[in-house]
Amino acid sequence: MTKIKTQYNRRSFIKVSAAASGGMLIGFSWLNGCKPNTSLDTGVAIPKEWFDINGYIKIGDTGMVTIFSPNPEIGQNVKTSMPMIVAEELDVPWENVVVEQAPLNTGFYQNQFAGGSLSIRLSWNALRMAGATGRRMLLEAAAKEWGVEVSSLTASEGVIKENSGERSVSYGEIASKAVGIEIPEEVDLKDLKDFKLIGTSKKNVDGRKIVTGEPLYGLDFHREGMKLAMIQHPPAFGMTVKDFNKEEIKNMPGVTDAFIIDTTIDEPGWFDEKGFNHLIAIVGDSTWELMQAKKAIKAEWETVSEPENSDIHIEKLEKALVSGEVEESRKDGNADAAFKKAAKIIERTYSAPFIAHNTLEPMNFFANVTENSAELVGPTQTPESLEGSVSKLLNMPLENITVDMTRIGGGFGRRLYVHFGVEAAAISKKIGGPVKLIYTREDDMSQGTYRPTYRSTYKAGLDENNNLIAFSVKGAGLPEGPVFPNRFPAGTVENYSAEKIKAETNVTTGAWRAPRSNFTAGAEQSFLDEVAEAAGKDPIDFRLELFNRAINDPIGEKHDYEAERYAGVLKLVKEKANWGETKPGVHRGVAAYFCHASYVAEVMDIIMENGQPIVDKVWCAVDCGIVVNKDGAKNIIEGGVVDGIGHAMYSQLTFENGTAKESNFDKYQLIRHSQAPKKIEVFFVENEIDPTGLGEPGLPPAMAALANALYKATGQRHYHQPFSTERKLVG
Amino acid sequence: MANFNLKVNGKNEQVDVDPATPMLWVLRDHLKLVGTKYGCGIAQCGACTIHLGDNAVRSCQLPVSAVNDQDITTIEGLSENGDHPVQKAWMEVDVYQCGYCQAGQIMNASAFLKNNPNPTDEEIEGAMNGNICRCGTYTRIKKAIKEAASSENA
Repeated sequence: MTKIKTQYNRRSFIKVSAAASGGMLIGFSWLNGCKPNTSLDTGVAIPKEWFDINGYIKIGDTGMVTIFSPNPEIGQNVKTSMPMIVAEELDVPWENVVVEQAPLNTGFYQNQFAGGSLSIRLSWNALRMAGATGRRMLLEAAAKEWGVEVSSLTASEGVIKENSGERSVSYGEIASKAVGIEIPEEVDLKDLKDFKLIGTSKKNVDGRKIVTGEPLYGLDFHREGMKLAMIQHPPAFGMTVKDFNKEEIKNMPGVTDAFIIDTTIDEPGWFDEKGFNHLIAIVGDSTWELMQAKKAIKAEWETVSEPENSDIHIEKLEKALVSGEVEESRKDGNADAAFKKAAKIIERTYSAPFIAHNTLEPMNFFANVTENSAELVGPTQTPESLEGSVSKLLNMPLENITVDMTRIGGGFGRRLYVHFGVEAAAISKKIGGPVKLIYTREDDMSQGTYRPTYRSTYKAGLDENNNLIAFSVKGAGLPEGPVFPNRFPAGTVENYSAEKIKAETNVTTGAWRAPRSNFTAGAEQSFLDEVAEAAGKDPIDFRLELFNRAINDPIGEKHDYEAERYAGVLKLVKEKANWGETKPGVHRGVAAYFCHASYVAEVMDIIMENGQPIVDKVWCAVDCGIVVNKDGAKNIIEGGVVDGIGHAMYSQLTFENGTAKESNFDKYQLIRHSQAPKKIEVFFVENEIDPTGLGEPGLPPAMAALANALYKATGQRHYHQPFSTERKLVG
Repeated sequence: MANFNLKVNGKNEQVDVDPATPMLWVLRDHLKLVGTKYGCGIAQCGACTIHLGDNAVRSCQLPVSAVNDQDITTIEGLSENGDHPVQKAWMEVDVYQCGYCQAGQIMNASAFLKNNPNPTDEEIEGAMNGNICRCGTYTRIKKAIKEAASSENA
């Protein structure tokens, strides 16, 4: 067993217990109107009395256990996997567990955000410790009750037994006594071989609620007496609102108020990125009437910076690649000199457009701001940042602000940014009462915070024996360049150069699922496919050769990845897909990528039907260390693959006069059923490494596996996303 | 504004709204049945799918004034206890990620299976193409529809 020091004291537990009680109340009342929760799929009766063990765990007198899930649930399934880790160490049957979303509590929980595929990775120890602490306290309570040593007892499956076999007591029966036990300073964690829950597959804890349409999401939140609100932002980036037909709008049916809000935050942080500070807000009683009022707005807009279009964006990127400011770089050997000596040189340019996150649940938030308090409820990936920004906006101390998290109808990075919660607070303050702000799809898609547009040039030099002797990449983005200088193939090539170049735009951008990796993987891995072909080598063998170099004789001081694990996923996918086997009419591509501390390799099979490519099957090999919830983990990788194919193939924003022409799903194409792969299989490398995340790593390699398989199917290389509309440009 | 008598999930309801109000907002704002979701408002994403009689329709494009005496079924009324074969298959396959689109997917799939109890893969794709899943759970949705079909035919 591993001993681990607990990182919290009695006071922090008491603090969180109080907050957690609030969370409990919320879970059972605010969405369900105080009626008993009828959809508990547990094997035990609903308790009469609950006992707070610690901020993560409550145990009822019947043995039912409530586990609080600290992080926002955006579809990555942490609301199931995080409590599984707690339940594992507590050692309680999963059937006895109900899960509740914890509210924001920065004093107790750590890293309460959903981003960077970090939830499980950063909370692994804290969650294990929470469960182990609970188990230890129950053991101590039983030992005290019976007047025996803790070492003479064993806790398992929600029951404490004397090793002699004499007495036993269930967690539910002893829970009331555990409340008075001192928090242990040190607890034992289980050996990995003793895991009973971790590594199995448990179904989504909200599954029944999802399929029966229970209120779960921010948009579903209702508070008696609350108003609804909508915003109107300027029609283009570079514009601001001066005035509008306020009186006319106020007199429209169902409208109770209309005004301009200023949501400027002093010293804005990274999460305060937003399209517009000044917005028209309309308040009323029904969504439909607000939508009609929005259409009747006649506003005076002012242009404050030049409206951009897509041609300007391409020009800016091309210029940046020639003479832009290099933010970050790496040089090993002398790439320029090596290119001069090379027998073969391959040089290609790749690009990708701005794209929107398009979470299916549009932005929304509930706020109730009074003179001394602010209550916020809704879908946010960063509740702590929201609290901070609202504190600045209202000039109100943090402790007077609460944030509760609803289930979230998609994140993808969009809800890392907090402006819609801040806007709800500004509107609530102005009207002096509770309000739920709702974006229309068009508001959502045209507001910005897009994935930046990128352009990169890759160059490779092979010697007469087809060894890779030089490699360079130069990447520019609006605004951030898509280059990770220390990632693969850094460490594998004698002469290496990477330059990350920034450029400016007035279009607002933000983190979009697997930021930059969502482009670099597609570019780099399809470029290497071409280089392998030029070298006359199998694309997997070619990569493995490079990894061998990084393992045996790495170039340079460091690189970001572990070459063994990188090679490991390629070997696994090679085996599972039976790489090398050819089938008539089936065209294969492969790619591998490392990001967010996880390794994923994918093989994709494409067949052509009536001249159209169909993705027939995808094999994924994943190394994310220990897998917590196996089928849930497969699901998120499958989703990443579909997302990667969809955005590489179909999606883009095109700009005219400072605004995207696509503002809804009639023009903005998202992947649909008939375009999705027919089959996806996911395999995990088995090891005992602490778990890393899965929300993002499945997506990036899919873009390249697709490009490489398309090449095999059609003979055409793809350089410019989206591939379905790719102009024939010189690569 | 006008009064409308509606039959929603077997219950008689009366609402006083603008006749142009789409059923989506009548359900969500006035009847507090929020299982039906807003995604695009222009019948492109399918999140708002309900049954009008036996047919799947996009409630964002169905004005309350066009409903008349036709039965409306929403996700809340698809079954008593979440035990419609399609709902059960969705839970069995553990289809969802964020879950937001799934009420619409389930309503569309259940109406489709009623008309075509034993569909081919191509028929499923065709029938479901109007329902976007932004998380990309399409392969699981298809699997669940096939499981629901085979459990119905068993």
